[in-house]
Amino acid sequence: MWADTILSLRQELLVAVIIFLLLFIKVGAAAYRTEVILHLVNLLLLVNFALGFWEYRDSILFNGMFHTNKLLVLEKNILNLGTLIISLQAYSWLKDHRQATEFYILLLSTLMGFFFMISSGNLLMFYLGLELSTIPLTALSSFDLEKRQSSEAAMKFILSSAFSSGLLLFGISLLYGATGTLSFDIIAQRLDGSAFQLFAFILILSGFAFKISAVPFHLWTADVYEGSPITVTAYLSVISKGAVFFIFIQTLYTVFKPMAGNWYRILVLLSVLTMVTGNLFALRQNKLKRLLAFSSIAQSGFILAGITGSSRAGDASVIYFILVYIFSNLGAFGVVSFISTQTGRESIDDYKGLYATNPLLSWIMALSLFSLAGIPPTAGFFGKFFLLMAGAGKGNYVFIGIAALNMVISLYYYLRVIKAIFMDSQPQPIGKLKIPLLPNIAFLVCLGGIVVMGLMGWVYDYIYSLSIGF
Amino acid sequence: MNQVPLSHILFVSTALFFIGMYGLFTRRNMITMLMSVELILNSVNINFVAFNRYLYADKLEGVFFTLFIVAIAAAEAAVAIAIIINLYRNLHSIDVEAADEMKF
Repeated sequence: MWADTILSLRQELLVAVIIFLLLFIKVGAAAYRTEVILHLVNLLLLVNFALGFWEYRDSILFNGMFHTNKLLVLEKNILNLGTLIISLQAYSWLKDHRQATEFYILLLSTLMGFFFMISSGNLLMFYLGLELSTIPLTALSSFDLEKRQSSEAAMKFILSSAFSSGLLLFGISLLYGATGTLSFDIIAQRLDGSAFQLFAFILILSGFAFKISAVPFHLWTADVYEGSPITVTAYLSVISKGAVFFIFIQTLYTVFKPMAGNWYRILVLLSVLTMVTGNLFALRQNKLKRLLAFSSIAQSGFILAGITGSSRAGDASVIYFILVYIFSNLGAFGVVSFISTQTGRESIDDYKGLYATNPLLSWIMALSLFSLAGIPPTAGFFGKFFLLMAGAGKGNYVFIGIAALNMVISLYYYLRVIKAIFMDSQPQPIGKLKIPLLPNIAFLVCLGGIVVMGLMGWVYDYIYSLSIGF
Repeated sequence: MNQVPLSHILFVSTALFFIGMYGLFTRRNMITMLMSVELILNSVNINFVAFNRYLYADKLEGVFFTLFIVAIAAAEAAVAIAIIINLYRNLHSIDVEAADEMKF
C-alpha cells in the first residue's frame, strides 16, 4: 500500500527530498562550497530524469485527487529535463552567487507545483499546484535584489498573476456552483453548456490565458521576461509555459469536452491574435531578451493552433512541440544567458561579429533560432508541421493559412539576429569566451535535440501512442 | 425564519469581485492594488461558502476550498509585500507609475 503510493509519487517525492535536503544544508552548521551544492542538485535532477523512464503502473491516489499514467510521467520528465538543462546553463551564474541554495529551493518548489498541477484530478489540487508554482516563481523573478528592473518585473508579475488567479478562482467557484463538485470526471458529466457554465468557463480560460500569455492577457510577459534574471526568464518561457499548456490541453479535452463547439471558436481567435501581435511586436525589438519574449508569445499562438485540432493528433503535437521548444528555446536562452553573465551585453547590436570570436556559440544560436523559426532540417520544423497538421484536421484552412503566413513574418526577426552574428561587424566585438564543462554539456544536449529529434520519427509515434484522444 | 435567498448573496459577491477589479485597474498605489486583489479572492470565498450552504449542504468541498484560498492568499500577500518593500528600497516609491523602466 505505502510502497505503491511512494512509487506512484516517485518524481514528486524526489523533488521534495531535494528541497528538504537543501533546507537542511542551509540551516545546518556545516558550510558547503557552492560548487558542491550545485553538483549535488544537478546529479539528483539527473536521477529524477532517469526515474521517469522507469515504467510503473497507472494509478489514482488520494480519492481521485492525484492521477498518474504514462503520459503524465512523460510530461513530467520533459519538464524535469528542461529544468536540468537550465540548471546546467546557470552554473556559471550561480557558482559565485551567495544565495544559490535559496535559488534552487524556490526553483524546485515551482517544479513540484507543476508536477502536482499536471497530475491533478480535482480543481482544488489543480489550484494548489498552480499557486505552489506561481508564488515562488514571482519571488524568483526578483532574485537580483539590487537591480531596479528585477524588482519592477517581480511587482508586475505578482500583481498580474494574483489577478489572473483571482479570475480563475471566480470561474472555479461558479463552476462549483453549477455542478456541485470539484472532481474533473464528474464535472465533465454534468456540463450542459448553459450560459452560466459558459461564463464560468470563460473566466477559467482567461486565467489560463494569462499563464500562457495569449494575447489580450500578454501585457506582463515582455516586461517580466526582460527584468528577471535570465535563468528565470528561460524557466518562465519553457517550463512554466509548457506545464500550463499540458494541464490546459488536458482540461479542454476531457473536462470541457462538452463545450468543444464553444471553445474552438475562442481558441481560434486567441491563436490568431497571439501569433500576429507577438510577431509584429517582436519585429521592432532591439534587446534579445525582449525579442525572445515576444517570440515566445508568438509560439504560444502556434501551440494554441495545434490545440484547436481537438483530436489525438492535437494532444500529441502539442507535447512534441513543447519537447522541441525546450531544446530550441533553451539553446537560444543559454547563449544569451552565458554572454550576458560573462560580458553584460544583451542587445542585438552587441552580437555583431560574434562569429569571428565565438564560432561555437554562434552556431548554437543560429541553429536554435532556425529551429524556433521552423526551418526544415531542424526539429522545430517538424514540431510546427505537426501542430498545423493537427489544426488543419478541423478543415479551417483560412486559419491555418494565417498561421503559415506568420511563420514567414517570424523569419524576419530571427534572421536579423543571425545576420548580426554572421555578417555584420563592430569595433568592439564580444571577446573570445571559454565555456565551462557543465554549460557545454547543456549546449550539446540542446544542439543534439534540435538536430536529431526531427529525424527520429519514433519520438512522435511514441507520444502519439500515449496521448489522450478526444 | 426567513432566509436570505442565494441570489442576494451572489449579487454581493459579484459586486465585490468587480469592485476589486475596478480598484486594481484604477489605483496607482501598489498596496491598494494588492488589497483589491484580496477583495477579488474574498468574493470567491463568499461564492464558495454560499454555494456550499445553499445548494450542496451534504458535502463540505466548498468550505474546504475556502480554507485553502485564505491560506494561499496570505502566502501571496506575504511574497507580494516582500517584493514591494524591495521595490521601495530601489525606487523610494510605491507608486506603480514610478516603476516604468521597461516599456514596449
